[in-house]
Amino acid sequence: MFKIIEKSTPSIKVNKFVIEAPEIAKKVLPGQFVILRLDEKGERIPITVADKDIEKGTITLFIQEVGKTTTKMGTLKNGDSILDIVGPLGVPSHIENFGTVLCIAGGVGVAVIYPIAKALKEKGNKIISILGARSKDFMILENEIKKISDEFYITTDDGSYVQKGFVSDVLKKLIAQSPGKPVADIVYAIGPVPMMRVISDITKQHNLKTIVSLNPIMVDGTGMCGACRVSVGGVTKFACVEGPDFDGHLVNWAELVNRLCVFKTKEKESLDHHCKLDK
Amino acid sequence: MEKIPRQKMPVQNPQERVKNFSSVALGYSEEQAILEAKRCIQCKNPTCVKGCPVEINIPGFIKEIANKNFTAAAKILKDKNNLPAVCGRVCPQETQCEIKCVLSKKSDPVAIGRLERFIADWERKNSPMSLPAKDSVEGDVPNLKSEILNLRSKVAILGSGPAGLTCAADLAKLGYEVTIFESLHTPGGVLMYGIPEFRLPKDIVHHEIDYIKSLGVKIKTNMLVGKIKTVKELFDEGYKAIFIGTGAGLPQFLGIPGENLNKIYSANEFLTRVNLMKAYKFPEYDTPVNIGKRVAVFGAGNVAMDSARVSLRLGAEEVFIVYRRSEKEMPARLEEIENAKEEGVKFHLLTAPIKFIGDENNNVIKVECLKMELGEPDASGRRRPVPIKGSEFTIDVDTVVIAIGQTPNPLLPKTISDLKIGKHGNIIVDEVTGATNIPGIYAGGDIATGAATVIDAMGAGKRAARAIDEYVKSKK
Repeated sequence: MFKIIEKSTPSIKVNKFVIEAPEIAKKVLPGQFVILRLDEKGERIPITVADKDIEKGTITLFIQEVGKTTTKMGTLKNGDSILDIVGPLGVPSHIENFGTVLCIAGGVGVAVIYPIAKALKEKGNKIISILGARSKDFMILENEIKKISDEFYITTDDGSYVQKGFVSDVLKKLIAQSPGKPVADIVYAIGPVPMMRVISDITKQHNLKTIVSLNPIMVDGTGMCGACRVSVGGVTKFACVEGPDFDGHLVNWAELVNRLCVFKTKEKESLDHHCKLDK
Repeated sequence: MEKIPRQKMPVQNPQERVKNFSSVALGYSEEQAILEAKRCIQCKNPTCVKGCPVEINIPGFIKEIANKNFTAAAKILKDKNNLPAVCGRVCPQETQCEIKCVLSKKSDPVAIGRLERFIADWERKNSPMSLPAKDSVEGDVPNLKSEILNLRSKVAILGSGPAGLTCAADLAKLGYEVTIFESLHTPGGVLMYGIPEFRLPKDIVHHEIDYIKSLGVKIKTNMLVGKIKTVKELFDEGYKAIFIGTGAGLPQFLGIPGENLNKIYSANEFLTRVNLMKAYKFPEYDTPVNIGKRVAVFGAGNVAMDSARVSLRLGAEEVFIVYRRSEKEMPARLEEIENAKEEGVKFHLLTAPIKFIGDENNNVIKVECLKMELGEPDASGRRRPVPIKGSEFTIDVDTVVIAIGQTPNPLLPKTISDLKIGKHGNIIVDEVTGATNIPGIYAGGDIATGAATVIDAMGAGKRAARAIDEYVKSKK
């Protein structure tokens, strides 16, 4: 059992959990994830680790309420427990001194990019961050990212905060402002699939190497089931053991989008079932 | 005296059983078991034992059944086999012990597997107290051949499938302090995620694992060694030896166009969803599985038969096994092929897929295939399938399961520097001892041999336990 030490709701539909998991805290590196199972009948869901505290023996997860498990997690309180957590899983993000790194994140992807950006900053990189959210109430980890950024931009889809638009608008502007010179040495883009796809399309035109973090459907997370297969550069990769980070210019986005939809109807059925039980 | 015929196994009727996940085979009654046991002629030099990878005293336990001493029979069985209820259900006895039975020369061999199953089931129901005391290695554990020398020596077992469980149990019986590290949330490995409930009920696996725990074996779940800990760290923590039994959990795909279309599963994914995560009870259980009306399963081993039979139970209307050779070459157990046929699984033999075709939503709707004929034998000794030119045809499908085998999962071996790995990703070991090229590290089961049987993995676990005991003693 893994005890929840602290639970809060930093944005609409996004819950933050600080969970006692000392062994995982000791080992997890930026970019890696865990798979949790809430209870005996629960499914296994992969979640990237946003932060850790080795001394306190905790890991921090930001979990957006989408399906049954994540919605049910929203009802958990301090002191409650999660039945199973396995990790760290996946290959850690590649951290080195590239020079300037552009960190682009949207929605709950901000929680995924946070430990990566922090590690990149510690390696001496200049960090330019662009964060996006649907509206002000959906923004997470703004101050934390701002603190480690040399340049910092925010957009909201509805204009309720700072600047109306998408992260891609800011990216285009930065590229336009820097003619003849690459805006960064490498780009990390993490967020909803459509966002990562758009960013990758833009950076490809400008030859800016772009790393994305993929979130396909997974079951075991150890390379055993192959549910998470993605085509990268025409080759099938298992995101759980060969990712989750991949070259955004090589990902077959259409296939990923389709594969993510495969249980849509079932997911709704599961959520409905849960809601009925609750009533 | 009239000759006793081999006793038939009562089974659920096929029309009924395709609608449920309950056991297909129902097990012998006491009367049947005694009758069957009386068929054993108690050879002085029993050849059946030579066919058993875990060296069960087969005539010994059968004699006790014939005399109605079921407790004594169970004791003899468990002296060598830590998972008798599992083996009695999933071992290919027909190619191991039973094939060597003297009776098989003139008539049917003794149903050794069914008797094993009978005794394991009988003990579970009638004699729970025969379990050794929990968490005790020094106390009154039966079978404990502990030498003071070995007491408290720690051994780590990576993977809790048949190989790891067997190695752990045998080491515990020898007095070692054994910890199993398992990456999934439930121990059992392929017994839990791979083999369906109707062939191997999960509460039986749990029960046999409880027995192994009662020998003092600790099991840590949710621990993926290689990620949470390295093998070096385990040695630093005081483990004197390590046994790797992480299995062959890397699914093979066909490598043909369209294979990443939706509703094309590896057998591992399909079976894990259903068996481990209980997707057949969705939405009571949260993990879903999509099953269509027409399912094609590629491959013809036990895993393919399991996938096909699971598909029927999930509600598929037509299920095909598609296999590129003929029925004679099918690697599945005869019993499983027969069960599948009785339940209505159809067979497209001498047929190989070329590509999958999807609809506008990327769901698979057709598979294009070629007819094959058999040519000369290949390296495997089986006749090589050769495509017949111009024989292309398509099968309409809406769900596909690829069950053409697994290769060893490379995740852990890759994290051990200098470990000798074969060209198929298998760990290279000494066949007798399971020793790898690194002192103190042993391996066995599918990670060493590639996908094989439960009992072969158990045999490897048993031999490695013996070798580990010698190794640790030699170090003292």
